[in-house]
Amino acid sequence: MENPNLAEYLPIALMFIFALGFVVTTMIATHVLGPKRKSKIKLDTFECGIESKGNARIPFNIKYFLVAILFVLFDVEVIFMYPWAVNFKSLHWEGFIQMTVFISLLLVGFFYILKKGALKWEE
Amino acid sequence: MDDATISHLLITFGVLAGLLLVAPGLIWLERRLLALWQDRYGPNRAGPFGLLVVLADTLKLFFKEDWIPPFADKKVFVLAPAIVVITVLLSFVVIPFAPGIIVADMNIGLLFFLAMSSMGAYSIILGGWSSNNKYALLGSMRGAAQLISYEVFMGLSLMGVVLMTGSFSLIDIVEAQRYQWFIVPQFLGFVIFLIAGIAETHRLPFDIPEAESELIAGFHSEYSGMKFGLFFVGEYIGIMLISSMVTVLFLGGWYGPSFLPPLAWFIIKMFGFIFFFILLRASLPRPRYDQLMEFGWKILLPLSLLNLVVTGGIILWMNTH
Repeated sequence: MENPNLAEYLPIALMFIFALGFVVTTMIATHVLGPKRKSKIKLDTFECGIESKGNARIPFNIKYFLVAILFVLFDVEVIFMYPWAVNFKSLHWEGFIQMTVFISLLLVGFFYILKKGALKWEE
Repeated sequence: MDDATISHLLITFGVLAGLLLVAPGLIWLERRLLALWQDRYGPNRAGPFGLLVVLADTLKLFFKEDWIPPFADKKVFVLAPAIVVITVLLSFVVIPFAPGIIVADMNIGLLFFLAMSSMGAYSIILGGWSSNNKYALLGSMRGAAQLISYEVFMGLSLMGVVLMTGSFSLIDIVEAQRYQWFIVPQFLGFVIFLIAGIAETHRLPFDIPEAESELIAGFHSEYSGMKFGLFFVGEYIGIMLISSMVTVLFLGGWYGPSFLPPLAWFIIKMFGFIFFFILLRASLPRPRYDQLMEFGWKILLPLSLLNLVVTGGIILWMNTH
């Protein structure tokens, strides 16, 4: 390989092909080997034996969406900390103080979210 | 092909084969250990110690009807179990089992692990949504929220280790623990990582996406045959993955007294954590969903930030004195 960085990722491609091969073989095998029987009741949604009503394309709690938004905010900030963590020793106290300021700003937002009740599931 | 390529191929294939062989074995191990702790026998008829029950289970799953519900979104339905197995197998690429036994030594190993483990959330949400079943939908919604929340804390808890080594390469991290395991200076990080890891693998007591007593089987209610089996295998390989990550990051990886080879130490530590996972299942009740989320955001997040700042401060203070 000319590019040493690219060669580093070659085993991943290899592993991906192996894993994909395993999954595809398994799925085909179980599809071919298993029996196929159909009846009206079996084709219904499984709901503990109660007659099923409608489908599952229903509205769900907005809080789940709120958690997803929180995740995007905080995870991006975590990613922002990684380059700092790797170069931590060379950035010294200066970098440390900057990151402390950043984290305290993060905490202000965090307390705002808590006060707004974004994590209260009861309401 | 030269020798290096062949040994690379052998390692890759060996890791894959090892994982796929050990995963069903773990199901047997779990059943036996649960039985032991609940004062009953567990599977003990087929073969020595009931070991052949693994084979029987696998064959049974293969010969079950592979049912794709007519009301489901078929392409996504098939894709979901594939994602979990592939991503969890790919995560093992960066794990150093012993010196020289690693599939790919990348300088971004830790980031690769985090990326792959967050891909796992897709399998839950896609599987649950495409099933078009209300229980599955509920399970996948809970699962997605749980997985993405705990991923934040997982990423933050690892930061202390990165501060101490200054590298994302897992080999560097293990070698930095030659004289002292990171569990001592990073105990808080270790605890947070372990809790987040249990939540990421959605194992008991955090198996809220599945919660069989309330949601049948949660996001995989509609799966059958080996498609269900793939979710199952994915879960057990996920347990192995988190156990190996804890070993690598906090317990010194392959280091140990020299009367055993490095690989043996790694496997002993890994299995210690697998036993711990099973013990948790045997002993703890499941928390409520809102309790889990509140615990994560209100306790683990501030704690992991505190851990990060304190670790950073102490390292810099020690460097200047």
